[in-house]
Amino acid sequence: MLNSLQKQLFLFDPLSLFFIAVIFIVSIPSLIYSFSYLKGEYPVSKIILAQILLLIFVLSMVLVVSVNNCLIFLVFWEIMSLVSYFLVVFDTNHDRSIQAGLVYIVMTHVGTAFIVAAFMILHNYAHSFDFLVIKNSCLAMPPQTRNIVFLLFLIGFGTKAGIVPLHIWLPYAHPQAPSHISSIMSGVMIKTAIYGIIRFVMFILGVNSFWWGVLVLILAVISCLVGVIYALMEHDIKRLLAYHSVENIGIILLGVGLAMLFINLNLPYLAVFSLLAGLYHLINHAIFKGLLFLCAGSVYKATGTRDIEKLGGLIKKMPQTAAYFLIGAMAISALPPLNGFVSEWLTLQAFFLGASNVAGGSKLFLGICASMLALTSGLAAACFVKAFGVIFLAKPRSNYAESAKEVPSSMRIGMLILAVLIVIFGLAAALIIKLLARISGSALGIDISSMSFSLNNLTLAPGIAKNIYLSTPQLALWLILFSAAGFAIYRMFNRTKPVVYKTWDCGYYKLDSRNEYTATAFSKPFRIAFSFFLLPYRKTQKIRESFYHIKSFTYETHTTKVFKKYIYDPVLILVFRTAKSMRKIQPGSIHLYLGYIFITLLLLIVFMGKF
Amino acid sequence: MMIILQIIIFVVFAPLLSGLIIKIKNNLRMRKGQSVFQPYYNLAKLFSKDEVISETASWIFRIAPFIVLSSALVAAMFIPVFIFASPAQRIGDFLVLIFILALGRFFLALAGLDTGSSFGGMGSSREMFISSLVEPAFCMVIFAVSLQFGSTDISAFSGMHIITVSSVVAALALSLVVIAETSRIPVDNQETHLELTMVHEAMILEYSGRSLALIEMASYIKQMVFFFLIAQLIFPIGLPAGNLVQISLWFLWYIVRIVVIAVAVALLEVTVAKMRLFRVADFLSFAFVLGVIATVCAILGV
Repeated sequence: MLNSLQKQLFLFDPLSLFFIAVIFIVSIPSLIYSFSYLKGEYPVSKIILAQILLLIFVLSMVLVVSVNNCLIFLVFWEIMSLVSYFLVVFDTNHDRSIQAGLVYIVMTHVGTAFIVAAFMILHNYAHSFDFLVIKNSCLAMPPQTRNIVFLLFLIGFGTKAGIVPLHIWLPYAHPQAPSHISSIMSGVMIKTAIYGIIRFVMFILGVNSFWWGVLVLILAVISCLVGVIYALMEHDIKRLLAYHSVENIGIILLGVGLAMLFINLNLPYLAVFSLLAGLYHLINHAIFKGLLFLCAGSVYKATGTRDIEKLGGLIKKMPQTAAYFLIGAMAISALPPLNGFVSEWLTLQAFFLGASNVAGGSKLFLGICASMLALTSGLAAACFVKAFGVIFLAKPRSNYAESAKEVPSSMRIGMLILAVLIVIFGLAAALIIKLLARISGSALGIDISSMSFSLNNLTLAPGIAKNIYLSTPQLALWLILFSAAGFAIYRMFNRTKPVVYKTWDCGYYKLDSRNEYTATAFSKPFRIAFSFFLLPYRKTQKIRESFYHIKSFTYETHTTKVFKKYIYDPVLILVFRTAKSMRKIQPGSIHLYLGYIFITLLLLIVFMGKF
Repeated sequence: MMIILQIIIFVVFAPLLSGLIIKIKNNLRMRKGQSVFQPYYNLAKLFSKDEVISETASWIFRIAPFIVLSSALVAAMFIPVFIFASPAQRIGDFLVLIFILALGRFFLALAGLDTGSSFGGMGSSREMFISSLVEPAFCMVIFAVSLQFGSTDISAFSGMHIITVSSVVAALALSLVVIAETSRIPVDNQETHLELTMVHEAMILEYSGRSLALIEMASYIKQMVFFFLIAQLIFPIGLPAGNLVQISLWFLWYIVRIVVIAVAVALLEVTVAKMRLFRVADFLSFAFVLGVIATVCAILGV
């Protein structure tokens, strides 16, 4: 009985198990972290509430990725959204939380509406909500309908994943939650949307047309670039990380989109490889973004501010948190030999391998997408030099940073676990790839037994081997060896200890933190280079004592959020305007309302007779 | 073994290459100029000098020189110098080169911010700006090359004896990338310490003594890595299996190629004025477009 129920309700295939693993890999360290993090921030009753909500949240995500039925999927999807909404508005004393929560809940429900619509169309053909039944009936579905269902899924899940231009809620909602929740939301929750895309579009619906993959790739490239450029402009540490989630979802979708493209071109092995790259980046992003959010939480806990312009010099006050943040920053900037490097390399490799197998114009398209990925990783590195440099290096820029202390041990353990995982996922790439190949093969329904996915000899089709080489352990070994050699030379030539003295200040008599480069200054070249998109503007205000004497001068620089200004605001205005005009038919008179009911009744009677 | 031999070659000859470029530049300016061995003297001097470290700096500042050096040396491992195959063939491919160089740059940029000097921050900011714009162009070049030779394996293109339009255009694009990466005019100027124009020099301004020597060494090696890449891309040729005469001829040919590139770089440096920082974006977009053209040529098979 239980067994049959399990078969009816759950689908524990490799894809589901993979996502469950991702959920636990991030949730467990976050849970360990949360004990000390919540202590002192909130009253005990609220802490208990937070932990209960966290457990429901994690459980609902696990169920979302493992159920076998559209209706039950929707139920858990909704629970996941609602619980995360409660967690976003957990800090009820902040107005910003309420507003962020509102944006989040509206956007997420708009997304869910699209998913519901897609399910309804599918049900129309399959007469069942069971995944496997729908999968079988999809073969008989007309192409037009499949296109529509695909678009509905893409918008629906894209909203949850934060694909540009549906990302609008993400940078507001994720930072507002307590940090360990942000880490789960950014690390895992948005990945359930990727699960949705893989499960419903690739596994159930089946890729139908060439343009699906192209559309996903274009959206992915836009998400990458927009995410990272906004992140560069951001000075709120958690919002900066949230924008990087938009970017990384883009990188994951590059793998997924490529897989769609290759399925349609009947290149199954390349499709498996591309999806593998995407899944690898998915788990990597979960780990390093989880870690970075936990570090951001530690910084917030220690200093009480999230504004990086007010921080600085924390590497001396919080050496361990700084080391963990550095590892996370290196991983997200795709620096070898850590995990982010492996998955970005695999994604680039998927583009390169694909290009030698597709026809003319598509080659160029893939090449340009690949170099946009390279641009993204360059910009991400710049952004994390900014983030790490401004938060942890140089001198403290305010009293907040001056009085910081290292966080308690349970928070450090949570971060340590994730930092170790980053190293493992970087060095053990060869093993993980084999595992992921099986998962991605089963998700696409492709038999991979005749291929081998080793990192020094990739067999992409029976008998056809491609030489691709990557050995992160050796890379790490040589890096360490050469560093050691450098150190040996350093010590050999001159044994005098370095003199510690003041930073050179051009003879200026006192160099303090006001002279340091700020995050705004650091990102200035980027702000100018991308001004066509960012539309920066300045606000200056002079307070004069008299005509000749200016008492104080304020200067602010801002960037225009183009998506909000040109897409969302007009829609909102339209909605409010319509609502306002609708108000006219509701003047409060009972007689009028009775009239409405009567007219409705009449109309119903008339139309009922017709059918 | 091959790796060690190659690393020794790079370490020994990289400063000479830099000295050679400076010498050619000076001669072009009708000056007598310093000896080509001046970089060696400089390194020797720096190694024997005391080092001063800012009191604001943390361990990042102290470890950065070692990481920068090791990233440059690992990059040097990948270049096929003696044989068709890169000695580090089993460790990584052409793409790994981008990421390895990014590692060194990342730490150097952090070290620039670490001392709390505005110069360092300015240098880091500009360096990261330029390098992030370099990356798409570099990637496009690798894409064009790998399309042509069917693999991102560095050995794949160094074994070719044919010169195609695509590889020439790719080499041209790569040259622009190299100018930006090795901080040369018109992108940056190695000779200046003027705050308006410094990029790389501003970032390493706080370094002195041995640490500075290691960083200088890393820059020399990085430059040589790129020169070898261009040389192998335009006139690819590997070590012949023949007798001693053939091998010495090959060696001569190698030196000639590198010197030709050095002369070209020197000529560019003395004839062109440095660009404004924000014009660099245009410069590198041009490199990117060249990369796209190289790709189109590769697709067309020319």
